Amino acid sequence: MTDATAPETATPPLALEVADLELVYKVRGVDRPVLRGVSFSIERGHSYGLVGESGCGKSTAALGIVRYLPRNGRITTGRVSVAGKDVLSLGGSGLRDYHARTVSMVYQNPGSALNPGMRVGAQVAEAFTVLGVHRKEARERSQDALARVQIADPSSVMDRYPHQLSGGMQQRVVIAMALAKDPALLILDEPTTGLDATVEAEVLDLVANLQAELQTAVLFISHNLGVIAKMCNRVGVLYAGRLVEEGPVETVLQDARHPYTVGLLRCIPRGGVRKDRGRLDTIPGFLPSLGATIAGCVFADRCALADDRCRTEEPPIEAVAGDHLARCFHHERAQELPREQVANIALPAVQREAPPLLRFDDLGKVFHQHGVDIHALVGVSTALWPGETLGLVGESGSGKTTLARTLLGIIGPTSGSVELEGRVLAPRFQKRSRDDLRSIQIVFQNPDSALNRRHSVQRILLRSMRKLAGIGGSEAQARVSALTERVRISERTLTQKPVQLSGGLKQRVAIARAFAGDPKLVVCDEPTSALDVSVQAAILNLLVELQAEQGVSYIFISHDLGVVRYISDRIAVLYLGRLMELGPADVVFDGPHHPYTEALLSAVPTIDGGGRERIRLAGDIPSAAEPPSGCVFQTRCPRKIGAVCETTEPPLVEVEEGHLMRCHIPLEELRALQAKGAPPARETVAQ
Amino acid sequence: MSTAEVTTAAPTRSEARIARSERIRLLLRSPTVIVGAIVVAFWVFCALFPGLVAPHDPIFDNQFPTGLSPEWSHPFGTDTNGRDVFSRVLAGSRNILLIAPAATLLGTVLGTILGLITGYLRGVVDDVMSRFIDAVMSLPLIVTAILIVTAVGKSGNWVVILVIGLIFAPVVSRTVRAAVLQEAELDYVQAARLRGERAPYIMASEILPNVMSPVVVEFTVRLGYAIFTVASLTFIGFGVQPPSPDWAAQINQYWTFVDPYWWMTFFPALAIASLVVAVNLVADGIREVYER
Repeated sequence: MTDATAPETATPPLALEVADLELVYKVRGVDRPVLRGVSFSIERGHSYGLVGESGCGKSTAALGIVRYLPRNGRITTGRVSVAGKDVLSLGGSGLRDYHARTVSMVYQNPGSALNPGMRVGAQVAEAFTVLGVHRKEARERSQDALARVQIADPSSVMDRYPHQLSGGMQQRVVIAMALAKDPALLILDEPTTGLDATVEAEVLDLVANLQAELQTAVLFISHNLGVIAKMCNRVGVLYAGRLVEEGPVETVLQDARHPYTVGLLRCIPRGGVRKDRGRLDTIPGFLPSLGATIAGCVFADRCALADDRCRTEEPPIEAVAGDHLARCFHHERAQELPREQVANIALPAVQREAPPLLRFDDLGKVFHQHGVDIHALVGVSTALWPGETLGLVGESGSGKTTLARTLLGIIGPTSGSVELEGRVLAPRFQKRSRDDLRSIQIVFQNPDSALNRRHSVQRILLRSMRKLAGIGGSEAQARVSALTERVRISERTLTQKPVQLSGGLKQRVAIARAFAGDPKLVVCDEPTSALDVSVQAAILNLLVELQAEQGVSYIFISHDLGVVRYISDRIAVLYLGRLMELGPADVVFDGPHHPYTEALLSAVPTIDGGGRERIRLAGDIPSAAEPPSGCVFQTRCPRKIGAVCETTEPPLVEVEEGHLMRCHIPLEELRALQAKGAPPARETVAQ
Repeated sequence: MSTAEVTTAAPTRSEARIARSERIRLLLRSPTVIVGAIVVAFWVFCALFPGLVAPHDPIFDNQFPTGLSPEWSHPFGTDTNGRDVFSRVLAGSRNILLIAPAATLLGTVLGTILGLITGYLRGVVDDVMSRFIDAVMSLPLIVTAILIVTAVGKSGNWVVILVIGLIFAPVVSRTVRAAVLQEAELDYVQAARLRGERAPYIMASEILPNVMSPVVVEFTVRLGYAIFTVASLTFIGFGVQPPSPDWAAQINQYWTFVDPYWWMTFFPALAIASLVVAVNLVADGIREVYER
C-alpha cells in the first residue's frame, strides 16, 4: 500500500531465527558448554530437521528455544527470535504469552505428555481456554481439532482417558493440542520414536499434511535420518553442540560434506546390504565429554581426514555450494573419508541338511487377563540351524517377544514344545539343566536395565562364567580375559561399574555375559534400539564376528527393518501372534511378499527418498483378545479379495522353496499385483 | 582413537566416588543437617562420658535442698530427692541411645529381609505375609508393645529392643518391598535367573545392593520414632526404673508434681524432644540427598 510497509510484506519474518546460540549447563559449579554458536533459521511453512547422536545437543537446542531449560541451564550469548519477536528477553507474562500462543512442542512419549487422570476432551479444551476461549466453545473447537488430526470419532475419544487410547492415537491428541493455538513454530522432538512403523508413517503423513495446510514452521528433531529425509526441507547436523553441516535435505543426504555426516550415513545398514556381503562402517572413538574444551574442530579426534590444522584451528562454517554449508577444512574431500579397516570375515554357509539346532512346533501361548483370553502366540512352528540368524519382525503386540521368551523358558507355552538338538526342553527355565541354560542366552534391549549397576564388569562376567560354564578361580579369570578380548572391551573396563561405561560398552558387556558359557543360541531382543547408529553398527559387526567365530545362532528381534535385513538369514513376520510369512531375508524383502510385509516395508522412511509408495493401513492393530475372523489381517489388509478372507483363515503354505506365506492370494497373483504398485487406501474404520 | 578413549574414560573413572563425596558435600551444606548432627553428637558424647559433662553425680549427689527452682548454681533446679536436675538430664541419654538404635537396627534388618522376600517371591508368600504385616500394622504401636512386654513378663532392655524391632519390621518391609518390586522388573534380575541363580542369591547379592538407599533412609527415619517409643515405654514403667537418671524415668517419677515443680518434668521432656527433632533433621537431610 505505502512504501513503508512494502519491504515488510516482501520479506516475511522468519518463523524462527537462532543466531550464535551459546548454552551452558552448570555441573558441579562449572559451566559446561552444550551448544557452541549454533545458528539457523526456518521460514514460514518450512520444516527444518536437527539430527545428531545422543548428547550432541538436539533436545537442548529445542528447550533453549522454548525457554524450558532446567535450572542449571543458561543461555550465555546469542539470539532467538520466533516470528520476529525476541524470545530471550521475555519474562513473566511475556513468556507465558509466548508459550500460550506462539510456540508448541510435541515430545517423544505421548503417554507422559497427557494427564492420565483427565479425560481427553477436557485436556484438549484446556489448550483453547488458555487462549481465552469460552468453555463451551472450547469443547466444540476441541472436537474439530481432533477431527483435523484424523481421529475418526472425536466425540467418543473426548470422553476417554489417555490410557484407553493407543500410542498413535495419543500422539494425534498431543498434536491436536499443539496445533490448537495455530503456533508460529511447532517443535517435534522425536515424535514417532516410540511408535510402530505403520503408525509412525501415519503420524508423519498427518504432520506433513497439517503443516502444508496451516503453513506452520516446524523444527523436527530426530536421530532417524530416514524420517528427516521424508519430513524436512532443510537439515542441520549437530555434533558436540556445534552445527557441522547444514543444507537442503536431499543435498546433505546425497552429497554430505562433513566427515561426521558422511560417517553417520555409512553406519546405517541400507540398500539391501547384508552381513555376508560386507561389514558396516563405524565411527571410531567417542563423543567429547560434556563441556570439554576443544581447540580445533569438534570432530577432529574421530576424523580420518583430520590434520594438524583441524586440531588447532576451528574451521568456519562456509558455503559448499549454494545454501549447503559445512564446517570442515576438507569438505571437498569429505566423501573420500577413508573407511575404517574392518577385515571382512567369512561366514560359513548354513548347513540345512544337518539336523536343526532348535525346533519348535505349534507353539501357542494364551494369557488370561481379567477373565479375557489373550492369544499372544498361535501355532508358531519353525526350525533354526546352527550358525543361522532368524529375524523376527512385526509391530508391538505381534508376539515377537512372547515367542523369544517362550524359547528361553521365561514363559511356559500353553501348547507345543521346544526342541534343542532333538531333545525336548523343559517348558520353564527353572527346570532346565545348566547345559540347557547356557545353550540359550539373551541380550536385552536396554543395557542399563540388563546390568546390575552395583556390580563391576568383572563380577558380572565371573559370576556368569561360574554359573554357566561351571568354571571358577584362576581359570575363570583367564576365560574372562579372553572373553573381553573377543567382545573388544579393554581389561581396564573390568574394574568399572556399568554407570561408568558408554551405552555401546555396556551392550558389549551384556553380550559378553551371554557368551560366557559358549551358547548355541542367543536371543537378541532389540539389542541396538537404545544405541546410536554408529554404536549400532559396531555392535552388529561384533555379533556377526562372534557368529563367524563360534557358529552361534541368533534369534534377532528388531523393529528396524534395515538392521534385520542386514543380520538375518531368514525372516519371520508375525502379526497378532501368528506367523504370516517366513523365508530367506532377501526373498521376504524383495517380494513378492505377504500384504502385511508389503505394508510394513512401505511404511519405513528411507534416506534415499522416493522408493516405495506408502501403503496406508486402515485403523489400529486389533486386540489379541478378539482377533478378527478368518485371516487376522483382513480388517486392515489393502489387498483383501473378498468374503473368503473374512471366513477362512488361510493356511501357512510353502509358496516357493523355503518361503512360507499365509495368504489367500496365490503367489503369482501377488507378484503381478505388487509389481503394479501400492493398492488404493481403504477407508479408515470408525473407532 | 586410543586418545579419545583415554579422554572419555578418565573423567568417568572416579564418577562413583564423586557421586559419593557429592552426597556428603550436599549433606554438609544443609544447615539443618549440621544443627541436627551437632545436637545428636552432643547427646552421644553425654551418654559416653557423663562424668565429663555433668557437674554432679546424677544418682548419689543428693545433698542439695529439695525442690529448688532453676537458679544459677542449679540451672534446671533440683528434684524432690535433692539431686541436680541438670546433671541428671545430661546423664539421662545413655539408655535411650543404647536401646533406640539397637531396636531400629533390628527392625530395619528384619524389615529388609521381609521386604526382599515379599517383593521378590510375590505370589502366595507375598499374599500371606503381607496380610499378616497389614494386621500387625493396624495395631496401635504402644498398645502392642505393652501387650508383648506384659506377656513376656520381663522388662529388661533386651525385651524392649526386641519388641520395638519386631513392631518396626513390618513398616520397614513395606518400603523395601516397594523398592524391590521395581528392581525385580529390571532385566539383570531376569538375566540372573536365566543363568540358574537361586532366589536367596538374587535377593541378597543382586537386588539388596540396589535397594540400600531406601533402607538407609528408612533406618534414619525409624530412629526418630524409636527414640520416642523407648521413651514412651520407659515412661509407662517398662524398661529402666528409678533411680536411673533416664529422661522418661524422670518424667514418670515427677509428672504428678508438675505444678509447681515443673522443671523436674520439663527439662527431661525438652531433652527427649531435642533428640527426636535432631535425629529427624538429619533423617530429612539424608532422605533428600538419597532420593534425589
